[in-house]
Amino acid sequence: MAEVKLLGVWYSPANHRVEWALKIKGVEYEFIEQDLQNKSPLLLESNPVHRKIPVLIHNGKPICESLIIVEYIDETFEGPSILPKDPYDRALARFWSKYLDDKVPAVVNTFFLKEEQEKAKEEVCEMLKVLDNELKDKKFLVGDNFGLADITANFVGHWLGVFQEATGVELVTSEKFPNFCAWRDEYINCSQVKEYPLPRRDELLAFVQARARAAASASASTQK
Amino acid sequence: MRVKIALAEKGVAYESHEEDLFGGKSDLLLKSNPIYEKVPVLLDNGKPIVESNNIVYYIDDKYSPNPLLPSCAYARSRARFWADFIDKKVFEAGMGIWRSKGDELEVAKNDFIGILKKLEGAMGDKDYFGGDNFGYVDVIATAMTSWFHAYEVFGGFKVEQLCPKFGCWMKRCLKRESVLVSFQILKRSISVLSCLERCMALNRTGSVDSIALYTF
Repeated sequence: MAEVKLLGVWYSPANHRVEWALKIKGVEYEFIEQDLQNKSPLLLESNPVHRKIPVLIHNGKPICESLIIVEYIDETFEGPSILPKDPYDRALARFWSKYLDDKVPAVVNTFFLKEEQEKAKEEVCEMLKVLDNELKDKKFLVGDNFGLADITANFVGHWLGVFQEATGVELVTSEKFPNFCAWRDEYINCSQVKEYPLPRRDELLAFVQARARAAASASASTQK
Repeated sequence: MRVKIALAEKGVAYESHEEDLFGGKSDLLLKSNPIYEKVPVLLDNGKPIVESNNIVYYIDDKYSPNPLLPSCAYARSRARFWADFIDKKVFEAGMGIWRSKGDELEVAKNDFIGILKKLEGAMGDKDYFGGDNFGYVDVIATAMTSWFHAYEVFGGFKVEQLCPKFGCWMKRCLKRESVLVSFQILKRSISVLSCLERCMALNRTGSVDSIALYTF
């Protein structure tokens, strides 16, 4: 029986963050793909409060919430550090991670939800301005090493581009956000991504397009 | 308030600058926290750390006496989980009480009490969220209880009657000097109830979030 199990879904950026951290540390784990429309007893028992993925189960004990799981992995397993050693840099890493994680709903709403879409779009544009300012001439969000904040940035570095292509809603251009785009182009080609790949863009795109079509036809049929 | 409690628990001396969030934010605040423009901000040798949970974590990371977080990685992950839960759920549920009327108020009140019951479950049969000792989650949670009187007034209930274990924990925390002093400072400077009443006069705008962070 695997000592480390991960309950997740391949297409989730939160799930990917945890897999990335496990791979950086060289931890062997069993990935158990979940059906979020029909949640398993194991998931509900492991995360009774939020009932969400990802959940890491280590020696039978569940750890929930992707950023908390990544910190747990960093503290528990040997291997390259994911958080900086200096307390101030750690505070910066946690700040940026939370900032990025908090923007996920707004990004999803911008591309896929009709209600409150304009408000979500404003929030995402504001986020892009902040990142464009922060990422000028920077490869990593905090300090000189790849870490927690960069792992959390998987969503804006990869998924956001896929959402744009899937929906035709274009928010990010190199004219509007040159520093962000330069950072993103380097991010998806960096050694940490080459070594521990992001979900394949074509597969993610096909998945997102299919989900968007299903949602649109479900919405159309409820309006009839 | 969380930050003040944490600094007091660690015995760290500091200088406090009160911000007038109704009157206009200072240049120092806007420069130190340009993204959120909110309090609290800790300046440590001129370097800003923002967001109250993050600041408390930093204080615990940097100053070793009286650790607030447990030493075991799994227990630390549980502490972080509950601190995150408190941050995401308690304030919003409390504001739900303040914003609601009639049947909606009853629903909001039940939501709020349901959250406190979950927190009672997290504490188990221990005196604190930190087990036998006052810890990180206790710091995060106790600061929020400064708002509970206002929720009780608006909602027509008493926390200690509906969640007696949580009520006992609140009283236990108030006996700690770090918490008592912070609550007394808050009481002298501003009343949460009068803040909410002032916000009602401003048509319940986003100023409420500013006050929450001011008091937390």
